[in-house]
Amino acid sequence: MSIDLSQFKQTFLEESDEGLDVLESGLLALDSGSADEDVIHAVFRAAHSIKGGAGTFGLNEIASFTHIMETLLDEMRDGRREITQEAITALLNSVDVLRDMLEAAAEDVPPPMENAEQVTQELEAILNGVGQATIQTTTQATTNEQVVDEESVASVGWKVFFKPMEHMLRTGNDTVRILRELSALGEIKLTSDTSEIPDFSLMDPELSYISWNAELTGEISKEQITEIFEWVDEDCELVIEPFGEAKVEETAVPEAVAVAAETVQVAPETTAQPATVQSEPAAQPVAAKKERKKEGGSIRVGTDKVDELINMVGELVITQSMLSQMGSDFSMQRLEDMREGLSQLERNTRELQESVMRIRMLPISFSFQRFPRLVHDLSSKMGKKIELKLSGEQTELDKTVMEKIGDPLVHLVRNSLDHGIEKPEVRVEAGKPETGTIHLNAYHQGGHIMIEITDDGAGLPKDKLLAKAIKQGLTTESEGENMPDDKIYDFIFHPGFSTAETVSDVSGRGVGMDVVRKNIKELGGNIELSSEWGKGTKFTIRLPLTLAILDGQLLRIGDEVYIIPLVSIIESVEIDPSQISSIAGGNEVYKLRDEYIPLLHLDKMFRRPPRHNALEDSLMVVVEGDTHNLGIIVDDLLTQQQVVIKSLESNYKRVEGISGATILGDGTVALILDMMGLIAMSQAVDAPHAKAS
Amino acid sequence: MGKKILIVDDSTSMRQMISFTLKGAGYETAEAVDGNAGLAEAQKQRYDLVFTDVNMPGMDGLTFTSELRKLAEYKFVPVLVLTTEASTEKKMAGKKAGATGWLVKPFNPEQLLNTVKRVL
Repeated sequence: MSIDLSQFKQTFLEESDEGLDVLESGLLALDSGSADEDVIHAVFRAAHSIKGGAGTFGLNEIASFTHIMETLLDEMRDGRREITQEAITALLNSVDVLRDMLEAAAEDVPPPMENAEQVTQELEAILNGVGQATIQTTTQATTNEQVVDEESVASVGWKVFFKPMEHMLRTGNDTVRILRELSALGEIKLTSDTSEIPDFSLMDPELSYISWNAELTGEISKEQITEIFEWVDEDCELVIEPFGEAKVEETAVPEAVAVAAETVQVAPETTAQPATVQSEPAAQPVAAKKERKKEGGSIRVGTDKVDELINMVGELVITQSMLSQMGSDFSMQRLEDMREGLSQLERNTRELQESVMRIRMLPISFSFQRFPRLVHDLSSKMGKKIELKLSGEQTELDKTVMEKIGDPLVHLVRNSLDHGIEKPEVRVEAGKPETGTIHLNAYHQGGHIMIEITDDGAGLPKDKLLAKAIKQGLTTESEGENMPDDKIYDFIFHPGFSTAETVSDVSGRGVGMDVVRKNIKELGGNIELSSEWGKGTKFTIRLPLTLAILDGQLLRIGDEVYIIPLVSIIESVEIDPSQISSIAGGNEVYKLRDEYIPLLHLDKMFRRPPRHNALEDSLMVVVEGDTHNLGIIVDDLLTQQQVVIKSLESNYKRVEGISGATILGDGTVALILDMMGLIAMSQAVDAPHAKAS
Repeated sequence: MGKKILIVDDSTSMRQMISFTLKGAGYETAEAVDGNAGLAEAQKQRYDLVFTDVNMPGMDGLTFTSELRKLAEYKFVPVLVLTTEASTEKKMAGKKAGATGWLVKPFNPEQLLNTVKRVL
């Protein structure tokens, strides 16, 4: 009989993912000393379940790897082993290895073993006190057993004395069943001893009084017999002795072999089973790779959200039927009712839209949960003491936004760890608590989610930043003299700007803050920072709750209506043509106060019919880019409104400078401008001239 | 009618696998996620065999076993403990709680059915 276990593998993998989270957060709690007994039990259980499942579902590498973890955790749980920092670190490493292994299992590829071997050694070193190769000792043990096996078969048969203790039946073990199993091994001669059965009046039917003598003939190993009694080992008196002449050569006992032929088959069969399971993974890589549905393909939605949606749809249906009834039998007296109905419809639609959006919303805890581990690992690596505080974890945001904000957040936290928080001795000297704090906070504000990363570290060194900016030619000494703080801090978002004197592997690879800001901008958000020397730094990220809707400024250029995301607009000014100067290559800049802003003629760039208005009647919209600002000349500013973003790429094709399109209230299509793309385009135009000059 | 087997394990995949295998062999099965749920289920109807995991949140398998043995209907019903450990210590803890025997994880469907056949 063969049963396809792969159908349970998916369940097992999902379960294990959750188990790994429990393991990780539990270990971190243990490390910080905030854990009670329940935590270590939960951690042990998680490892235990993964091991059990992995073995059952043929993932033997995972099972044997988890076994070592489990052994260590078991000793910790029983109090036999102290919970050391070293052990926690090794266990956390093994969580990472397990994650990789499970991922490989999900894709039906062989697990990556390099890290596993290293972590195994770490764990073994802790278990044994020294880095001893336990694998070798186990193989030794099995060969010894085999020798014993051969010896134990070498007899004509076995004499078995079996005396169940009185209470044996109460463990659910049945004497008759045991004797039946015994008789299945070979020829049996059974005698019973009933001398201990008490007087009927004294007899307890729940107790066992009879003892048994059995003579088993056949080529039977002692293990086969002890296996039958393994469950009752402690609940009976058991003596197993060989009988007949112990002849080593099998040929010497042809009769016995013949008799036992039937039963002997049982032994190889049972031992062969684990072997087939083991060979399975080896064959796996050859098998066609199964397409596992990518994470992010599905979303778990709380029933309350679905109920709310159903509720909304119900109201919508009522409004619709009310309106359609009114329409079939309309008179001017009912105009007021009609208007009311329409406004109700509008309300229903808006609520429905919000509900649908909420379905894609997940609490930011999904993104925050990786930080305890990150902070733990990095702080111990850097010899810093850091406490991570999380708040507002239940704040919800769109799943896609969350996925994309993950990396920038990691970068910012790494940055705070590396550059922000000082070493313990430096902190003590500065009169601060030895342990630094990094605080991750999230909350809703308007239609946005705000994420704050605050540290109580050293703060940003203004002088250093300024000096570096001058060195890199980003500003001049005279400009720097009265430069406001936020302008100085802003330099850290410039590409290639890193103040770290030596590049550590934690942060400061040169790419960094500029990429962070770029990613956030791409999501239609922005990042700000405030800092106080000696007190700490705070980054505030503002993101739209969803990527499907945008707060847009509608503007007109010629006959075309375009939309600019409201967040990228700094200001709009009336154009004073005298402030425009031409630079090499036919490009223009506009002098706005002390700043020269490159001008962009969208009509020319997109080769559309020209603007209607003369330059002095036009407006310039100043938009923010990551390196410099840009002025866009427009005929007119129209309204500001929320627009639903439709992908241009999936409906037409990708167009540089355009991030999408939307359908306006009157049914026309308006293009949404991609600020980053436009700035890149304007720079591409600039570049050749820069070379020429 | 097939014999009834109760499976108590906090791991969904384990429960599914055991249940699927046993149903395929003609047994009736029910599942419970921990000792408390197991006790409640055991009292709804009488099962002919009970499998229980050891490590579970809520009520663990050993407590469950000893609680189960206190019920008159389950005095002699075979209770098999699912253990990942082949160590004597662990097995004995199960026996002490009143278990009939054990099945060492990992096991394959054949081993599971062989064990069931031993006691039913």
